[in-house]
Amino acid sequence: MKSQTDSPIIEVAARGLAPVIQLIGIYVFFHGHYGPGGGFQGGVLLAAGVLLLRMAVGFENSQVQVPSRKTLILCSVGALIFAGTGLVALLMGGNFMDYAHLPVPGMEAADIRYYAILFIEIGVTMAVMTALISIYDDLLGT
Amino acid sequence: MTVADLPPRGDIGAPIQQQVNPSGTDVAGAYYIEYAYRDTHTPNMVAVVLADYRAFDTLGEVIVVFAGAIGCFFILRRRT
Amino acid sequence: MLELLKGHYAYFFLMLLFVIGLYAMMMKKNLMKKIMGMSMVQSATIMVWIVAAFKHGGTVPILDRSIPVDNPDLYINPLPHTLMLTAIVVAVVTLGVSFALVISIYRNFKSLDEPTILKRMK
Repeated sequence: MKSQTDSPIIEVAARGLAPVIQLIGIYVFFHGHYGPGGGFQGGVLLAAGVLLLRMAVGFENSQVQVPSRKTLILCSVGALIFAGTGLVALLMGGNFMDYAHLPVPGMEAADIRYYAILFIEIGVTMAVMTALISIYDDLLGT
Repeated sequence: MTVADLPPRGDIGAPIQQQVNPSGTDVAGAYYIEYAYRDTHTPNMVAVVLADYRAFDTLGEVIVVFAGAIGCFFILRRRT
Repeated sequence: MLELLKGHYAYFFLMLLFVIGLYAMMMKKNLMKKIMGMSMVQSATIMVWIVAAFKHGGTVPILDRSIPVDNPDLYINPLPHTLMLTAIVVAVVTLGVSFALVISIYRNFKSLDEPTILKRMK
């Protein structure tokens, strides 16, 4: 176990604090329909939790959470979730990004829009979180 | 003085806060406030405008974030 | 004059912030200080939009059952908040890309001072 800092206080505090920050990020993301929050803010908080571990316990030890190789792949998957939802609506006969035409049986149009907003916010969260982690890893230069 | 021609802070009579602007077209903000819950059953109007009414704008923004990550990766890549 | 200051003080402070940022972008020789100036210009622009969205007597743009939605004067305009939400994330990403460019310049020229870089480029 080789860590970036010699101080055990920083390491223990960061290990205790990072899950709490990520839990707040998930709360902000899922509470975005009923209060201030949403995909961007939740993604930034999730990235802050990962970056705190990157800075405190070292680059190699924090690869377990989000590996650096996979960040760009996850970022493109997030963007594809967003664009794919709009494309499915286009193929089902509506306009691009018109969620009322998504093929979900047995729901009225307003409720389909409610769940479609939640679904594309998942893509936004993945894209923003992994893009920020990827930029930090690139700036670190390893 | 040009700043004095701007509407003061919090003025309800400013053109962007009206339902119909001086040139006779509907203003977007009042429409969003009125119809956001009716169209999507979501109380947060900012989330509705972000992900539903202006989803194409947000799609372009996510692509900008992705392009920024790709740009950082290729600028700082170690050539092996 | 007092009436003008009372209604427009936010615009004057934000103009000052914008001009300080513009001065740092144009006149400073260090590249990191230029990036700080760019960040200040972005912040000033974002806050101008947020100030323009405010209404006296309006509440946050989240639906409250006890406040009728038919009267738009009771809710703050949600459109500038949405646009600036995306602009903040774009500002963060442009900062990241500019840091990457600065690190790349430092690896090549071993300096961030602009006249030194121009001298070493020849």
